[in-house]
Amino acid sequence: MSTRETTRAGGTGDDRSRPPGGYPSATVGADRLAAPGSGPDRGTAGVGRTDRDSAPVRHGRFRRRRGRAGRAPLRARLRRDWPLLVMVAPAGLLLLVFHYLPTLGNVVAFQDYNPYAGDTPLAAFLHSPWIGTTHFETLFGDPAFWDALRNTLAITAFQLVFYFPLPIVLAIMLHNILSPRLRGFVQTVVYLPHFFSWVLVVTFFVQMFGGAGLLAQEMRDVGLEPWNIMSNPDTFIVLVTAETVWKDVGWGTIVFLAALSTIDPHLYEASAVDGASRWKRLWHVTLPGLRPVIVLLLILRLGDALSVGFEQFMLQRDAVGRQAAEVLDTFVYYNSITTGNYGYGAAAGLFKAVVGLVLILAANRFAHALGERGVYSRS
Amino acid sequence: MTVTDPLRTAPPHRRRGRNRRPAWEEPPSTAGQVFRGGVLTGVVLAVLVPLWVVLVTSLASRQTINEAGGLVLVPREIDFSAYRAIFAGGLVTQALWISTLITVAGTAVSLVLTVLAAYGLSRPGSVAHRGLLFYFLLTFLIYPGMVPSYLVVTGLGLKNEIWALVLPTAISVFNLVVVRAFFQNIPAELLDSARIDGAGEFRILARIVLPLSRAVIAVVGLFYAVGYWNVWFNALLYIDDNSKFPIQRVLQSFILAGQSPNNAGTLGVSMPPTLAIKMAVVVVTVSPIVLVYPFVQRHFVKGVIIGAVKG
Repeated sequence: MSTRETTRAGGTGDDRSRPPGGYPSATVGADRLAAPGSGPDRGTAGVGRTDRDSAPVRHGRFRRRRGRAGRAPLRARLRRDWPLLVMVAPAGLLLLVFHYLPTLGNVVAFQDYNPYAGDTPLAAFLHSPWIGTTHFETLFGDPAFWDALRNTLAITAFQLVFYFPLPIVLAIMLHNILSPRLRGFVQTVVYLPHFFSWVLVVTFFVQMFGGAGLLAQEMRDVGLEPWNIMSNPDTFIVLVTAETVWKDVGWGTIVFLAALSTIDPHLYEASAVDGASRWKRLWHVTLPGLRPVIVLLLILRLGDALSVGFEQFMLQRDAVGRQAAEVLDTFVYYNSITTGNYGYGAAAGLFKAVVGLVLILAANRFAHALGERGVYSRS
Repeated sequence: MTVTDPLRTAPPHRRRGRNRRPAWEEPPSTAGQVFRGGVLTGVVLAVLVPLWVVLVTSLASRQTINEAGGLVLVPREIDFSAYRAIFAGGLVTQALWISTLITVAGTAVSLVLTVLAAYGLSRPGSVAHRGLLFYFLLTFLIYPGMVPSYLVVTGLGLKNEIWALVLPTAISVFNLVVVRAFFQNIPAELLDSARIDGAGEFRILARIVLPLSRAVIAVVGLFYAVGYWNVWFNALLYIDDNSKFPIQRVLQSFILAGQSPNNAGTLGVSMPPTLAIKMAVVVVTVSPIVLVYPFVQRHFVKGVIIGAVKG
C-alpha cells in the first residue's frame, strides 16, 4: 500500500502509533482478555509491529480458532465491524461522486464534447463524438499553452529560491525567542494571514501598493512619482511571491517549529562545551535536525511543480494581462468554462494531472534513492 | 472512570529551560539581537499595519478621508455610517447571510462526516480497512480537473444552488487523516473497556472518543469553517445569481473589479464615502476570522502537529 500519510513529515507509520493488539481481542471474547499475557502484549505491541500482523495477537491458542491467516472468518468480522463501515460510507460516497466520478469524467478530453447535445451533461456526453487525441494535438500546438506552462514553471522556480527558505529562517528565529509570551504573540500574528482568502490578500495588496494605495499616496505626498506594482507585468512574479510570503510564511513555520522542538537540547550543550559558536551550532546541529523535514517539503513542492495556486492568478490576471499571469490552471479555465470548449480544457487539465502524478512519483523515488523517507512509503 | 487527555500527560519537554537562557549559552551579540528584533518586528507590522489602516479608514468620516488623500493612518473620529450603509440590506447584507449559512451548515456537515469516517478508518484489522484507507488516500495523488468537476456538479443540478459550494468540498482527506491520527493516539484500553461494558461503536465514539478529541475537532472545525467562509472560485463557477453570492464574491466584484458597492446611488451627499464603504466590507470579511482564530490557535500544535508530523 502506498500512503502519503505514513510519512507526512516523517513520523512512524501511523498504524503503528497505537498499540494494535487491543482491538480484536475484546471482540473475540472475554476469555481472551482474561488470558495471562495479554496485558504486556498490549503495552509493547506498538514497537516494531507492522500493519499486517497487527490484527491478531499470535497466541497459538487463538490462532487455530480464527482460521486462515490468523483472522476471524469474514462473516464474524462483518458482524463486528459493520458499524465502522456504516460510518465510512457517507464520506466515501461523497468522494465517489465529487472526486472519482469527475476523475473518470476526464475522458471528455478525448471527445468533441458538445454541452448542447443533450439536456444534461451526461446525455451530452453520451451523444458527443469521440475524436481521439485531437485536443492534445491542438494543445501542444497552442503557443498560449506553452506560455502558461513556462509561467508556471518560472513561478515555481522563483518561489523555490525566494519563498521556500523563509519559513525555515523565521522558525529558527521564533524558536530562539526566550519569552513564551512574546513568542506566542508573534506566532499568533504571523499565522493569521494564512486564514485569509486570496480575495482578501489581493485586496490588502491593492490597498497598500496599488495605484490608489497607501504607498502611492505617501509617495505623491512627498513629491515622488508613484509606482504601481499591482499592474506591472514585468514584476508580477515578484508580486505573487511577496503575496505568498505574506500569506503563508508564518504558517509554514509550524512544521519546522515542531521539528526544532524534537532536536535534543543536549546536542547543543555538548557542541557548545566543545567550543562550537552560535553559527557552528546552527550549521552542525540545527540544520541536520531539520533535514528530513526540509527534504520532504522540497519533494512535495517539486512534485507539485505545476500547481502554483490558482485563485491568486485568477484574481490578478486582468490587472497584468494574460502574458504574465496565465498559469496552467487559469489556462484551463479560460479555455473551457468561458468558451464552452470543455473537451479542450479537460485535455489541458488531464495533461497537468498526469504530469503532476509522474512528478510526485519520481520525486518520491528520488528521495528513497537518497536514503530519505519519501512522501509515502510502501508498508 | 477518570479520563485524561492522552496528550496532556505527555512529559513537558517544553517547560525545561525555555524561559531562561541555558548556562552554557553565550549571550547574544548586540548586532544579532537588533537584527532579530528588527526582522520579527517587521514581520508583525507587515501583518498588523494593513489591518489597522483598513479598520481606521472604514471608521473615518468623509472629511478625514479627503484630508488624508485616501487611506487613513491615524484615527480622528469613529463614524459608523459606512457600516450602517452596508448593513441596511442590499447585496452585502445578503452575502453575509449566505456566507454565514454556508459556513455553519457546511462546517457541521463536514465535521460529522469527517469524524465518522475517521473513526471508521481508525481500526487496523477491521473489515476492508486497508482497501478503504487506500481509497481515501488515493485522492492525494489523483485528482479530477476543473472541467469534469464542473460538468458533474452542474449535471447534478447544483448550478445556482448554495449546496454547490458545500458538497464538492465537504470532505478534506487531509483533515480526515489528522482526525484519524488523533483517534489512534487514544489508548486502546479505554475503548476495549467500553466494549466489554457493552457499548456499541457509535456510543463509544460519542461518549468516549469525542470528549477526548476537543482539540482536534476545534482545529479541523476551524479549517473547514475558514474554507467555507473563504469560498470564492467555486462561487464564480457555480453561482450566477447575485442574490446567492457569498461575501468573497461580493468583495471581489466591489474592490478588485471596481463595481460600485451600493446599487442605490440615489442617496446623494448623505452617502458615506465609497472608500469607507469598501473598507467596511473588508472589515466584515476579515473579522470573523480574526475573532475566532485566536481561541483555536492554542490547539494548533496539539491538533495539527499530532496529525501532520506524527501521522
